[in-house]
Amino acid sequence: MGSTSADAENNTSGAVNGVGRRDLIKRSAALGLAAVPATGFLSACASGGGDDSTDGPEKGSVTAKNPLGVKTNAPMEFVLFNGGFGKEYGEDAVKIYEKNFPQSKVKFSATLTIQSTLQPRFNGGTPPDLIDNSGREQMDMGVLVGQKQLADLTPLLDAPSYHDPSKKVRDTLRPGIVEMGQFDGDPVYIMYYAYTTYGVWYSQKALDELEVAYPETWDDMLAVCAKAKKKGIAGWTYPGQYPYYIPFSLYAMIGKVGGPDVLKAIDNLEPNAWKHPAVKACFEAYYELYRKGYILKGTPGLSHTQSQAAWAEGKALFIPNGSWVENESADVIPADFGVSIGAPSGLDSSDKMPFGTLWASGAEPFVVPAKAKNQAGGMEQLRIMLSEESSKNFTSKVKSLSALDGGTDGIELTPGLKSGVAALEKAGDNILNPRIQDWYVALQKEKIGTAGLGEMMAGRLTPAEAIKKIQGYADEAAQDDSIKHYKHT
Amino acid sequence: MQHGKYRFVVGFLTAPLALYAIFVVWPFIQSIFYSFTNWSGLSPEFSMVGIDNYTRLVEDDVFWKSLWHSVLFALLVPVVTIGLALFLAFMVNVGGRKRRGGPAITGVRGSSFYKIVYFFPQVLSIVIIALLFQFIYNPRSGVINALLAGIGVDAQPEWLGDPNLALWCVMAVVVWATVGFFVVLFSAGMASIPAELYEAALLDGASRVTTFFKVTLPLLWDTVQSGWVYIGILALGAESFAVVHIMTVGPGGPDYSTTVMVLYVYQKAFRDGQAAYATTIGVALLAVTLAFAALVMRLGRRERLEY
Repeated sequence: MGSTSADAENNTSGAVNGVGRRDLIKRSAALGLAAVPATGFLSACASGGGDDSTDGPEKGSVTAKNPLGVKTNAPMEFVLFNGGFGKEYGEDAVKIYEKNFPQSKVKFSATLTIQSTLQPRFNGGTPPDLIDNSGREQMDMGVLVGQKQLADLTPLLDAPSYHDPSKKVRDTLRPGIVEMGQFDGDPVYIMYYAYTTYGVWYSQKALDELEVAYPETWDDMLAVCAKAKKKGIAGWTYPGQYPYYIPFSLYAMIGKVGGPDVLKAIDNLEPNAWKHPAVKACFEAYYELYRKGYILKGTPGLSHTQSQAAWAEGKALFIPNGSWVENESADVIPADFGVSIGAPSGLDSSDKMPFGTLWASGAEPFVVPAKAKNQAGGMEQLRIMLSEESSKNFTSKVKSLSALDGGTDGIELTPGLKSGVAALEKAGDNILNPRIQDWYVALQKEKIGTAGLGEMMAGRLTPAEAIKKIQGYADEAAQDDSIKHYKHT
Repeated sequence: MQHGKYRFVVGFLTAPLALYAIFVVWPFIQSIFYSFTNWSGLSPEFSMVGIDNYTRLVEDDVFWKSLWHSVLFALLVPVVTIGLALFLAFMVNVGGRKRRGGPAITGVRGSSFYKIVYFFPQVLSIVIIALLFQFIYNPRSGVINALLAGIGVDAQPEWLGDPNLALWCVMAVVVWATVGFFVVLFSAGMASIPAELYEAALLDGASRVTTFFKVTLPLLWDTVQSGWVYIGILALGAESFAVVHIMTVGPGGPDYSTTVMVLYVYQKAFRDGQAAYATTIGVALLAVTLAFAALVMRLGRRERLEY
């Protein structure tokens, strides 16, 4: 914690929120923590001043070319996460914005450390106008929404699309994107720009060499693994150091077997959600992989890159992952590997959903802060990025689909992307979208992932024990009033 | 000049004391203050919640686990590091035996080379060390398991993936990374011990072990003690955070087997948006650190030897 740039500002704001401050002084004096005059400063030091901006977001006039009413000379600031996707696609989009608003001064920056860079600015009440809140230092969306720090993006969704003004932006997006940006009710706080397909990733070449097809049922899956084992190849590996990769294929299997409502119950932290027979059956199916020795030896100690490398070397057939794996491990995946995504195998014909049911959802969450000076500018920048031209640029540069539905015609797709597009087509409307990983990060990663599934897949918990433990964690989270709860409807 | 003495002293003390107050004492007071609020760390608004955070802390299993691991770090890492560093420094400086024509008191053969080698890890950032060891511990292609296989051992432990081993693996890295610094520190201390004392011990027929315990250690006690506090604080703070955060499953796992208080502070403040609760854990960490320092000072109190 440290002093922020808000200190100076605070001196002038003292008069505005004098009441709150006086309250604070009274309370802390009662606690006997600090001398009275120091306390006002104390409250300001790390947590910044209160919201004292009297000038609201700047607005210009609305025209057909400028449907969001961006004030043409207002400066716009855009902070991008400079991770696996790099920053070029952002720079390209900024160039278009600058061309459209030549009078506006655009400040673009890209960083790996979103939180350290931006948390002080949120605290100080001077956030930028558009943020790609992604990466390891992602700021907790639930908290940001709960603290009313994000702007509702509905104006953007209802604005005409950049490349096809006859359609609204919201009608050009892939399934689930708008819904994912909602937390409670209608407002949409997050615009996920990338589109990720989750599932079981494999090498088409490896399966061809084994003379097997991708297994549609778990019995077939076990048969494929048995066949591979005879050749000295492990069936599965996963990032043992980050066991929250296991759900990337397991959750969709649960959804396929028991229907989307099972996943919704899990998202909603309902009592006994994890005790559903479908959850139990899928846990047991995965545990079979461990019991039969189909998991690559040493897997529980591997990091994501190490496990992906072992998979790319052909030491294991399958890995639960997301579509970023193709780009992330590009330098270890051989050219003829044939990266492919498999929709989760089911149990049998009594499954609630057909084979092909897929977990696909948005990634790279873009937000416009509630206290941004130029909200319309931030949204306009997003509107530009959601145009066909920018989307194609994104897909061809970073090997990922974007939130724009379609938009891949005429560009050459990599094998993984091609299989992702095919999987999406096969899935049609059968798209699952578990929200727990966005809503309850600690629960998903540290408790369900590491302490539950990770332990089970390493053979240190039986499925029954894992379910009991995870249900306990979920109940704890449901009762914990220090975290905000959401409802998946 | 007598009348200006105090002004002179105050003049010198003001700047450092002011810096200390602003950058050390003030943040402490702030964290204690925030531990009584519900501040998220993501917006300027918060309100007072009394001791809610502290009651939650007492009921938090993960907190108790992290506390226990931090205490283990603070107790074991210093013992092993300082013991190893004392041994190495002794061997490098006075452990050698007389060679023809050389001085009576000297280190083992090649000691000047060892001195440099021991200091190598100190040159590397702890982050790089942690990453290197992540490769070393890799159960599939890491050096350790390759060696084990090479000498015909069938067991291929999962190291960081095994809850019974992970914490020890991480501690070993901290020891490896810090021992070199203490070898140099103790070497400097030993160099200031007069050679006559060693020569006298040698004439009396004292063995290396006796010389170490009767001559070297007592005369080096002050250095050892401050070194002890220093490494204890490192083991409670920065070093343990870096290695656990970078190397372990989760991080903090598997199944909370390596989580430490500093990591938990970080996760609560910067992942979960619960800065106030994080400062509460920080206050507990402060208490542990103070207790550790007091304990070491208390146990280490000895008559000062003049020589």
